[in-house]
Amino acid sequence: MDVARDRGAVAIDRDECKGCGLCVEACPPRVLRLSAELNRYGYHPAEYLGSGCTACGICYYVCPEPGGITVLRRQVA
Amino acid sequence: MASDAPAMAVIHGRSPIFYRRFDRKDDDQHQTHYCPGCGHGIVTKLLAEAIDTLGIQDRTILVSPVGCSVFGYEYLDVGNIQVAHGRGPAVATAVKRSRPDSIVVSYQGDGDLAAIGTAEIVHAANRGEIVSVIFVNNAIYGMTGGQMAPTTLLREKTTTTPLGRDPAVHGYPLKVCELLATLDAPVFLERVALGSNKQIMATGRALRRALENQVHGLGFSLVEVLSPCPTIWGLDPAEAQTFVRETMTRTFPLGNFRDRSASAVPRRLAVTVPDLGELPRILGLGPASGADGASDTVVPASPVPTADHRIVVAGFGGQGVLLLGEFLAEAGLSAGYHVSWLPSYGPQMRSGTSNCHVRISAVPIDSPVVSRPNVLIALNEPSLRKFLLSMEPGGLVLYNADRVPVDCAGNDVRITPIASTAIADRLGSAKVGNMVMLGALLEATGMLPDGALDRALHRLVTQESWYELDRAALQAGRAAVHRMTAAPAEPSLARDPAMG
Repeated sequence: MDVARDRGAVAIDRDECKGCGLCVEACPPRVLRLSAELNRYGYHPAEYLGSGCTACGICYYVCPEPGGITVLRRQVA
Repeated sequence: MASDAPAMAVIHGRSPIFYRRFDRKDDDQHQTHYCPGCGHGIVTKLLAEAIDTLGIQDRTILVSPVGCSVFGYEYLDVGNIQVAHGRGPAVATAVKRSRPDSIVVSYQGDGDLAAIGTAEIVHAANRGEIVSVIFVNNAIYGMTGGQMAPTTLLREKTTTTPLGRDPAVHGYPLKVCELLATLDAPVFLERVALGSNKQIMATGRALRRALENQVHGLGFSLVEVLSPCPTIWGLDPAEAQTFVRETMTRTFPLGNFRDRSASAVPRRLAVTVPDLGELPRILGLGPASGADGASDTVVPASPVPTADHRIVVAGFGGQGVLLLGEFLAEAGLSAGYHVSWLPSYGPQMRSGTSNCHVRISAVPIDSPVVSRPNVLIALNEPSLRKFLLSMEPGGLVLYNADRVPVDCAGNDVRITPIASTAIADRLGSAKVGNMVMLGALLEATGMLPDGALDRALHRLVTQESWYELDRAALQAGRAAVHRMTAAPAEPSLARDPAMG
């Protein structure tokens, strides 16, 4: 996939994430996964594969943490 | 990515309705306390978004319950009150009625709302209180470790239903939306769920509606959210979501149970507290229309600044115990004092024991309970014995008898026997024995000016015939005090010339 042409991107606060995995299940283009690494609390935080986000925002809504997920959208030039 | 960054803008991020940091213990001040995958986190987030969208952050008051969501006040930067278990709707009622412009949200779980708080939610809904209730139903007691809730599904195993919920033993799941939909007042009742992306988005819309209705003054709105509890259910978060979607919704069907948002008439609660000066008129306590209206024009005498009369009047029912106290309080009020009158009596109308506490004070009264009286009026012997030991040293006791029992004398109080019943009998009615005692008390202490008692008489005595008898009894009581304080060997029947 060409990152430069993606409609959006996801930023995950890996120390707020509790690794519940709801965003991974919810993501329509399936561009999220749980990291193999552990965060400071001992959870496997979610991470963005790096490309393919459509900026639909659903991961933001299914995430139980206030600031665990931030969704960005490419601005139309 | 770096070169693309300036072209990207945040479309979904941490809501400004959340505090920047949560004032919680330890260092996890940027996370909630909820378990991974908990529905409460999602509902709280959707609520924050609804508050933000409607622009009501400064008007919103969140009522937090007891249960996992008890810490709501740690997260949302709005007005917050945390209440006793199940009482959210009652407190929300009070907040809304006293602050009609606020947007009041009662956030409750199923143990809170559907068990201990069942009465509160039913009555708040039935009154049509203009509040929004968010009811998070996960069919279990989560915080306390997984006991059966009223909403627990049939056959569901919990710590208190280890063999599964059996309707013959534990009853059926309580369906709150269906229950409240039998009431006339609610405006909006909807059951939503957190079982899928689509359901979560619908939950957000329902929460916004519930708040919007209140912004428009439309009345009671409740949103029931079927919510996962992965920890207690023993499922991973994705499985718990599936359980909500596929299993819970069979017992608790989703949908709208009431929507009168379009037809309901907006109401605005008006706080109608009458002006203090209006109260006598409203209560029918205006200037007496009696023959002797002149007494009402008397300006209250200046209260004695140190006055603190703590009076117990005790006897058996029918002796006029409570009325005697009422006269004292009324006269005290008329003389410009702070007063309280606290009756206490058994279920019997006659012959039961009866007492009342009266306080007459120059300063506002903290408690109407008199636990250490400095005046006791005992209309029979059991009352004398019962209250004598609680007396303040140096206090005054008026006792309805010719003489004081030998074993009661010698205490550090002044006991004056006034045979009030006998005196009243001679006047023609034992019923005015209380007035004899009242006259004796006022004569012995001078605690209230004569004019104050006259005004109390005018206010409380409605029949002219009793009025004359009462005045005679008061006079006889005053005279009796003089007899007792004069040399006992030479009783005097002198009347007090002041009482013409």
